[in-house]
Amino acid sequence: MAITKEKVEELSEIARRIRRHIIEMTAEAGSGHPGGSLSCTDILVTLYFHVMKVDPKNPNWPERDRFVLSKGHAAPALYAVLAEKGYFPTEELKTLRKIDSMLQGHPDMKNTPGVDMTTGSLGQGLSSANGMAIAGKLDGKDYRVYVLLGDGELEEGQVWEAAMAAAHYKLDNLTAFVDHNGLQIDGPITQVMSPEIIQEKFRAFGWHVIDVDGHDFEEIAGAIEEAKNIKGRPTVIVAKTVKGKGVPYMENQVDWHGKAPSREQAEEALKSLI
Amino acid sequence: MPKIATREAYGEALAELGEEIKDIVVLDADLSKSTKTSVFAKKFPERFFNMGIAEQNLMGTAAGLATCGKIPFASTFAIFATGRAFEQVRNSICYPNLNVKITATHAGITVGEDGATHQSIEDIALMRALPNMTVISPADAVETKQAVRAAAMLKGPVYLRLGRHPVETIYGENYKFEVGKAVILKEGKDVALIATGVMIAEALKAAEQLSKDGIDAMVINIHTIKPIDEEVILKAAECGSIVTAEEHTIIGGLGSAVAEVLMEKKPVPMKRVGIRDVFARSGKPEELMRVYGLTAEDIEEAAKSLRR
Repeated sequence: MAITKEKVEELSEIARRIRRHIIEMTAEAGSGHPGGSLSCTDILVTLYFHVMKVDPKNPNWPERDRFVLSKGHAAPALYAVLAEKGYFPTEELKTLRKIDSMLQGHPDMKNTPGVDMTTGSLGQGLSSANGMAIAGKLDGKDYRVYVLLGDGELEEGQVWEAAMAAAHYKLDNLTAFVDHNGLQIDGPITQVMSPEIIQEKFRAFGWHVIDVDGHDFEEIAGAIEEAKNIKGRPTVIVAKTVKGKGVPYMENQVDWHGKAPSREQAEEALKSLI
Repeated sequence: MPKIATREAYGEALAELGEEIKDIVVLDADLSKSTKTSVFAKKFPERFFNMGIAEQNLMGTAAGLATCGKIPFASTFAIFATGRAFEQVRNSICYPNLNVKITATHAGITVGEDGATHQSIEDIALMRALPNMTVISPADAVETKQAVRAAAMLKGPVYLRLGRHPVETIYGENYKFEVGKAVILKEGKDVALIATGVMIAEALKAAEQLSKDGIDAMVINIHTIKPIDEEVILKAAECGSIVTAEEHTIIGGLGSAVAEVLMEKKPVPMKRVGIRDVFARSGKPEELMRVYGLTAEDIEEAAKSLRR
């Protein structure tokens, strides 16, 4: 469906709230991964608030669209989105990573309503998404499966095993996103272990490839729509993103991959997210 | 009794169950002719998925199918299922407690001529260390058929350990398999022989030999290594000494599991017959069993040494 100007404004507002949650949650937890959570926020917001057929009151609804956060360390973004969507109260967010919390450091489908797959160990999510897409085809259901991978994550061999399989089984009900922020823990992906050229690799594996600006709701929504109409092969949307997006001092800074802001830093970050 | 490989029984059982349980799907990694999932594939091609030589993706895909209510049987050789894809089994299957049945064939050294790279001798240790996992190691074709059915009925991850090589049939057709419930194959009072898988046949032969020397040995089949039947182990301990026998390294397998129970509840002298912390080699299954100390004579000797 085409996206209206009003919808874009609404999504921008939700994304702003999600980013505030990410900062508050990680600051409160004293650990976590703000950089990669902020980079994928707009993709998650588009999926959950514009595209996906889900019912927060019935998280296990068999007909629902599925989402797998293969880059599980972006859990703060997913939890914030699920809370804003109504799966659980936003007050839960401040329990992130604490003992007794249902919000584990990485997504746990058994503990958190709305989490469709347990992830966190990189490289595994695309395989599970394939399984969900195959099940959908077997059962003749029209739900779609979305999966989000990190660009550094593409260094895992299993991703390419799964990429091969998705094309082999013609999983056109599957759409993958690559959160292409260019940074991983040890530095720029091109310096650590380049997965480039990402688009060419997926193309060579038999995928339909779309490039988007990962912070442009119109482009993201348009690409998802295009993917729905591609038959006989899976689609990957390579989303150019900015790690730490929305918090100026975190943007494109590799240090903010896996470090929580202090109280003062959080206050400063929140000032940019008004 | 004819000798039948447990993998053969698996192929038949799966094809039968597929008729009955429509949610069963089967995945393999280019070894369907060897694991015998090809029997299912022929009957239900639409529910069979060859994932190619990619075991990590095999396990992950099975996990995804399970989240949608399918009952996936994921098969390949034991070495790859539990070694190559260990962390996928841990994080994508056991941690979320998904209903995936990992049915691995070609376990142990009776793989034979392929040699050490293909001989899985640490899979029981790896699989039983995982929370939520049930570990089953059937002794023969009859037990395998029932274990496959039981695994399908059980909710949660199961590791089924099967072999390549034909083995003697121990059980009659009226045998009733129950997950977690060990079977006393022969009562006895002097020493208890606790075995699993292909070592059951050896333990029975050892008991026969021991009886000739006036030693009355109890023989127990622990087909479910996890959860282990503590009750039967404590009963075995009443014999005063225990010998365990497994086609697996003595580190972390059946012997270790039995020792864990005994040490906490009722310590008695015991010996572990198994592969003694070495990689094996190429050879005929029977030759390997002899060279690596996995014969009835080895069990007999261990039992006698405990009584000296």
